[in-house]
Amino acid sequence: MFIFCASLAIAQDASQLIKKVKAKLELVDNYEATGVMKTDIAFIKAPIGKIKIYFKKPNLFKIKKEGGISLLPKGGLSVNLSSLIASSNYTTIDAGVQDVGTKKLRVVKLLPNEETSDVVISTLYINEKESLIEKAVTTTKENGTYTMLMNYGAYSNYGLPDKVVFEFNTKNYKLPKGITLEFEDDSKPLSAAQQLKNKKGRVEISYKNYSVNKGIPAAVFN
Amino acid sequence: MFSLVQVELYKIFKRPRTYIAFGAVAALIGIIQFGLKLDGKSYLDFMLNDLSSSLEIDGKILNGYLVCYVMLQLLLVHVPLLIALIAADMISGEANMGTLRLLLIKPYSRTTLLLAKFIAAIIYTLMLLVWLAILALFGSMLLFGTDDMFLLKTSYVVLLKESDVFWRYIGAFGFAALAMTTVAALGFFLSVFAENSIGPIVATMSVIVFFTILSTLNIPIFNIIKPYLFTTHMIGWKEFFDIKVNASNEAIIGSIQNPEKIVKASLVLVAHTIGFFVATLLVFRKKDILS
Repeated sequence: MFIFCASLAIAQDASQLIKKVKAKLELVDNYEATGVMKTDIAFIKAPIGKIKIYFKKPNLFKIKKEGGISLLPKGGLSVNLSSLIASSNYTTIDAGVQDVGTKKLRVVKLLPNEETSDVVISTLYINEKESLIEKAVTTTKENGTYTMLMNYGAYSNYGLPDKVVFEFNTKNYKLPKGITLEFEDDSKPLSAAQQLKNKKGRVEISYKNYSVNKGIPAAVFN
Repeated sequence: MFSLVQVELYKIFKRPRTYIAFGAVAALIGIIQFGLKLDGKSYLDFMLNDLSSSLEIDGKILNGYLVCYVMLQLLLVHVPLLIALIAADMISGEANMGTLRLLLIKPYSRTTLLLAKFIAAIIYTLMLLVWLAILALFGSMLLFGTDDMFLLKTSYVVLLKESDVFWRYIGAFGFAALAMTTVAALGFFLSVFAENSIGPIVATMSVIVFFTILSTLNIPIFNIIKPYLFTTHMIGWKEFFDIKVNASNEAIIGSIQNPEKIVKASLVLVAHTIGFFVATLLVFRKKDILS
């Protein structure tokens, strides 16, 4: 009985913690921010690009590159934290405390109750003191597993990160020479280690100049 | 010399055959632009099929810069055939019409006459390239607008910032001018040996087609001879559109992945051009002019 009550108490703690995190995120109705996006995918050669990020409740999220082409991991909508815990229709499981870097973070797993949900499981690493999600690992049915690492600064009161690192799996890229018309391509086949590296992608977004709750026209998200 | 070049240019542009090349380039570019304007989305979807399963790509991918690149890939392989139409006719055409002996009666040395003809052939080649640039680059920029350039290569993808593209086209067209001059020099060289135009024109086309096939064939035994074929180096213009990345995989704006390849290819092409011209000169100076 004692063990059952104790585990129930811990479970309630985890739910409470999620509620606190959610309450913090709910302070933000909308925001607009400028930033810099760095794409690190082995088979993509891309420069750092200036971007604008828009968010509007409940889960409208848009990243626009200033006058250019942007590359985002599939399921890029999940780059924002709010959409991770926007719904209340999930089961919370407390998975204890874990050291992440120099910090001790509370690990909470979220299991969606709906069978139709694309998310299979989300594991959140939460800074209990600040009620901030510092790391999130989400496994989806369609787009594999992706990891988000967050650093906070001036806007931590709103739960808005200064930097988000998004790690995800990519598929091997290869186009037939008949399509690219590069018959002269003399590149050698990749080694197994290179192929494995090629399957990992990383997008780093550094946020600057948040403008919170100033209103954003809906047209931005079209 | 200047007046001789003028006369040769007059002869070139008086022939209706000259305008076939300009017309063909315009028609081909027009068709491709029309097709891409009408159904570019399907083309892009097909190209991006592999990538879009793991990435969301947002922006104006089908813009003038990409369209021009696609066209250059298709056209720069065939433009040599159009150049051969004129360059390979420069001496053999005169021989065919019986005006070569008359031409050599003029108080100019054979070297001067040959040089004037060669310069005229180069001017024609450059004018064809300028025409190509106007239609393919500026025409596409006008029709499709401009944006970053998203290039799909066989084993990787290159994203070039809009501000980092135009100078690459200047370099690419400059390089193409070198490559096409080499073709003109080959046609010019072969035209010394014939007394009718068809022979050297077909011979030039055959050499280019044959060498291009050898250059693109990925059979190890042919890899030994590839570096010695000028056609291997003619596609060096593509190097302008490959960018260097630093240790953290960020593309370095304004850089070229393999500038040494461009330099090497340029030197090979210049050497071939000089070689062909000198060979033409040696043969022509000792040639019995019987027509």
